[in-house]
Amino acid sequence: MSVETSKQPTDLHTTPSELIRLEQVTKRFGSNTVLDHLDFSVQAGRHVTLIGPSGSGKTTILRLLMTLTKPDEGTITVDGQRLFPASDKQCREVRKQIGMVFQQFNLFPNMTVLRNITEAPVTVLGLSKDEAEARARELLDLVGLADKCDARPSQLSGGQQQRVAIARALAMRPKVLLLDEVTSALDPELVAGVLDLLRDIARTTDITMLCVTHEMSFARDISDQVLMFDSGRVIESGPPEQIFGDPEQDRTREFLSAVL
Amino acid sequence: MTWDWNAVSDFMPQFWDGLLITLQALVLGSLISFALGLVWALLMRTPSRFVRWPVGIVTEFVRNTPLLVQLFFLFYVLPEWGVTFSALTTGVIGIGLHYSTYTMQVYRAGIEAVPVGQWEAATALNLSRRRTWTAVILPQAIRRVVPALGNYVISMLKDTPMLMVITVLDMLGQARLFSQQHFQFTEPLTVIGVAFIVISYLASLLLRTLERRLVR
Repeated sequence: MSVETSKQPTDLHTTPSELIRLEQVTKRFGSNTVLDHLDFSVQAGRHVTLIGPSGSGKTTILRLLMTLTKPDEGTITVDGQRLFPASDKQCREVRKQIGMVFQQFNLFPNMTVLRNITEAPVTVLGLSKDEAEARARELLDLVGLADKCDARPSQLSGGQQQRVAIARALAMRPKVLLLDEVTSALDPELVAGVLDLLRDIARTTDITMLCVTHEMSFARDISDQVLMFDSGRVIESGPPEQIFGDPEQDRTREFLSAVL
Repeated sequence: MTWDWNAVSDFMPQFWDGLLITLQALVLGSLISFALGLVWALLMRTPSRFVRWPVGIVTEFVRNTPLLVQLFFLFYVLPEWGVTFSALTTGVIGIGLHYSTYTMQVYRAGIEAVPVGQWEAATALNLSRRRTWTAVILPQAIRRVVPALGNYVISMLKDTPMLMVITVLDMLGQARLFSQQHFQFTEPLTVIGVAFIVISYLASLLLRTLERRLVR
């Protein structure tokens, strides 16, 4: 993997390929400041991993980008369009570019696997049922679950459910895929399958990925940028070789020695 | 006290009439309470307090005043305002409205029991608000509340004799009428008692089947 130090994630100069940009974003829960005047940007096509202790604000960033929560201050821009502050209508428009995979999968238990994947392409993107199903079958093939079309989520293992959730997110053809601790709820023997799939997707598509993960080997594998969070700030960022091999900050070193 | 089978068979024609009315009141009352309760529950979730407050006050009022009073009110006061329904229609509306204020609570609990992750997944997929409700939230919520709704159906069944006070001849009304005509009380009252048990039992069987079908 090549080491690109020219594109720092905290670089604030707009470049044509800049896809996500947070400026001076602050998020508080009560008296607890989760994100503190955070600035960062992500270039299109990058695979960025957010690491750091729990409560350091990593997941909050993904939730802000998915509009599951709103910041108290600051601005968020995705592909040149304002996501915050913005009207609901504008949010809906911008959200089309973003997909998310959750720690708890969050598949719709009342629908078959196929319906889970076709629901949004049909009702949101306006695809015909046939187009959506063709797309869904292709994706199920990709995630290795072509034979589970008609199964209910409850009939699948955690790892299979998570792979369906990944297919469901990809069916919307997002530019950005947000991955929120996608293997944390899985039995250890099921983790590898999901991570292999994500590695494949990272390698074969130009989708921009933002991952929050505790799987450091995965972070090292797929990311070209690693951001180390602590107390709502990015305290260190760089290519994985640097962060994992030769971190500058003591706090990073301490964190890594605790988790590795 | 002797049991007279002849009285039973004499009562039968009136019994069938009463049974038909009771079942009509029960089925239509249930449907109204299921539909209206859902409407109340959804209105209580709108962001505007100018919707929530009036709905909250009205439903609280209806829930906390006796059904009997409501039936009298609907039957004797509404016509003064020029609104006239048949006795049975009034009864069905009365029971449906009264019980809708209970079923709304059931729906509310069912909706709140849908994990927040389902809402978040719907947002992440950019589903419209309408689609989120109709395709994701309500199918899961309603599946959870069927048993609780079923209990209210049984309660409603037991409240149908109240319709007698607004001249609806349900099973009890017919039994009373028969008793007064023939001075035989034991047989008609026993017959309708048994009928109530049988209807309750059949209703609960139906609900259990429905539950098993839904909870998969």
